[in-house]
Amino acid sequence: MADSEQQAEQAYDRSRRRFIKGAIALVGAAGTATLFSGEILRILDVPLTDVRAMSPQDRSWVMLIDLDKCNGCGKCTVGCTEAHFVPFGQQWIKVYEVQDEFGHRYFLPKPCMQCENAPCLKVCPVGATFQRKDGVVLVDHTRCIGCRYCMAACPYDARSFNWTEPPHTPEELAHAYSPDAPWPHRQGVVEKCMFCAHNTEHGELPACVKACTEEMGNGAIYFGDLREDTVSNGVETIPFAKTLRDRGGFRLKEELGTAPRVWYLPPRKG
Amino acid sequence: MEEAPPVDQNLLEPLRKTTWRFYALIAALAAVVGWGAYAYSWQVRDGLSVTGLSDRVSWGLYISNLVFFIGISYGGTLISGILRLTHAEWRRPITRLAETTTVMALLVAAVFPLLDLGRPDRAMNILLYRRIESPIIWDFLGIFTYLAGALLYLYIPLIPDLGIVRREVRAGRLRGLLYRILGGRWTGTRLQKRSLERSIALVAVVIIPVAISVHTVLSWIFAMTLRSGWHSAILGPYFVAGAIFSGIAVVIIAMAIFRRVYHLEKYLTIRHFRNLGALLLVLDLVVIYFTLSEYLTAAYGAESQDLLWLKALVTGPYASLFWLMLVGGFIFPAILLAVRRTVTGIVLAAVLVSVAMWLERFLIVVPTMMAPQMGSTWNFYAPTWVEWSITAAGVAGFALACAVFSKLFPIVSMWETSEGAAPAGEPKGTEEEVPA
Repeated sequence: MADSEQQAEQAYDRSRRRFIKGAIALVGAAGTATLFSGEILRILDVPLTDVRAMSPQDRSWVMLIDLDKCNGCGKCTVGCTEAHFVPFGQQWIKVYEVQDEFGHRYFLPKPCMQCENAPCLKVCPVGATFQRKDGVVLVDHTRCIGCRYCMAACPYDARSFNWTEPPHTPEELAHAYSPDAPWPHRQGVVEKCMFCAHNTEHGELPACVKACTEEMGNGAIYFGDLREDTVSNGVETIPFAKTLRDRGGFRLKEELGTAPRVWYLPPRKG
Repeated sequence: MEEAPPVDQNLLEPLRKTTWRFYALIAALAAVVGWGAYAYSWQVRDGLSVTGLSDRVSWGLYISNLVFFIGISYGGTLISGILRLTHAEWRRPITRLAETTTVMALLVAAVFPLLDLGRPDRAMNILLYRRIESPIIWDFLGIFTYLAGALLYLYIPLIPDLGIVRREVRAGRLRGLLYRILGGRWTGTRLQKRSLERSIALVAVVIIPVAISVHTVLSWIFAMTLRSGWHSAILGPYFVAGAIFSGIAVVIIAMAIFRRVYHLEKYLTIRHFRNLGALLLVLDLVVIYFTLSEYLTAAYGAESQDLLWLKALVTGPYASLFWLMLVGGFIFPAILLAVRRTVTGIVLAAVLVSVAMWLERFLIVVPTMMAPQMGSTWNFYAPTWVEWSITAAGVAGFALACAVFSKLFPIVSMWETSEGAAPAGEPKGTEEEVPA
């Protein structure tokens, strides 16, 4: 009796050891596979878009919006929407009417802030939102799963979602999709202003800047390279840092530490 | 095989006979789930535009349901984990039931984030491209670790009962196969019993921190953002306390239903209701305390964004829900639990608490997004029939899964109950079965 029990115990011990060894091997294999999943995907030839590589490294784009010049006409929104076939209901640059505590009203155009420390980028579970080397924050719509966490995280309401399949035009459909020129648009993904990354690389100004200057003659929106320390609205080119200093330039919600690439000059008129 | 304790045939009754009323219940619950599936087919066709969500209120019922169902899964963890570790003998007849609610609630909860995805076809991207920096990935890992642990924790103590069921219940081919596969080679030797006890003790120790971490990282999805009402260090413990609170409430409700339907009055006594009722009262006070801490600090500091969010809660379109939750779902049940310690009183409190905790989840997710963070326009959200249908399907699916489980396996752990009753050490529960 005692003998058979001892035998049973030994057999139990052996099987336990086998199980523990097997479990460790399995966990180890799974862990290794996870660690090298990128390599495995590459070997298996699963396409991995690496859009980060395509960005220019020697640029650092910034935008300067002179609230003193803005008259709230909304041409920037229209120009942007037309240039990028922005789906109905979305405004990649939205003009707010603001009233300060002394009753003075002014307009505030708001594109994506292209934060250096972007809250949307931090929370994306799949890396669909990414930052190029020139600072522009883009969304890869072929990877986005539509969880909308980035929208919850963005303090500037800069992001929109395609709740249904956006209406298409032949011209829009003919375009080859790329995260820096993100159309044709598609259902179930998050969209936003991309600082006209497809234009700026070729020395062109963003659509909103052009619309403000050319259509309205306002020239309230300036764009440029921080490393050159100049920004331009298409007509005049002004020094960046000096203008900010002289006119009391500011950024939205500076206290959050998001470090936006969009700066504002306060309105002067009463 | 060693001395087999006499088998309690009462507990096997539900596995042997099924009344037409039970089939009717199953059919009704399945119909609600089916209706939810039909509602989801609309969403598959037209996208999330069939919901009441918008660019400004981009999370709603689905995310609230996720938080709620993960929350109620805590019942099993608390009862089987904490009460087992502290050798609270009275827990024995309710462990199985509590663990069942845990697993079923988790299974339902895991579906909701998928329903909320704009591109469910790309759900695999979470594995392919996972960024460990994202709280969603913490959640993904947490929920599935917890689910694995909860399944183990339901399964391991089930093994000895499967031996009894195999011996005592004449099952059809399929069910017989299920029992054989799950039952393994359990014969009840001393060695097996020892390793069973050890495994249970080990999982009990492991499951508690896993459970706490799951609801903490779930709260971190919100707390890691910069939004008023979410960006708060208290959110983790607040979620965990609320989860235990709602978990106990759901176990009390499940206890009352199973007791009635399967005539388990002998096992689930007034003592169980009173003990869980006392725990519910304690957690109620903890949740009220956290609620006070969270709202008072925001209101007193009076940052402009915090005030907007508080206004949305206290006087906004959901103010009636907020006050209903606070007064009807937190304060009134506390009074009820303190003064009416009958089964009816405790179950009524548990029902109120469950509803209030669902409201609490909703009121954490939605009003924060309603308060304007840019400009001054308030954002509104009214859930559509699709969202309500899928929510109802979630509740029905949870009940359905528990009901079906109770037909396949004894809902009261037979070996644990008989073991607790046999070698003395504690007076039997029946002695205190005096109706209050």
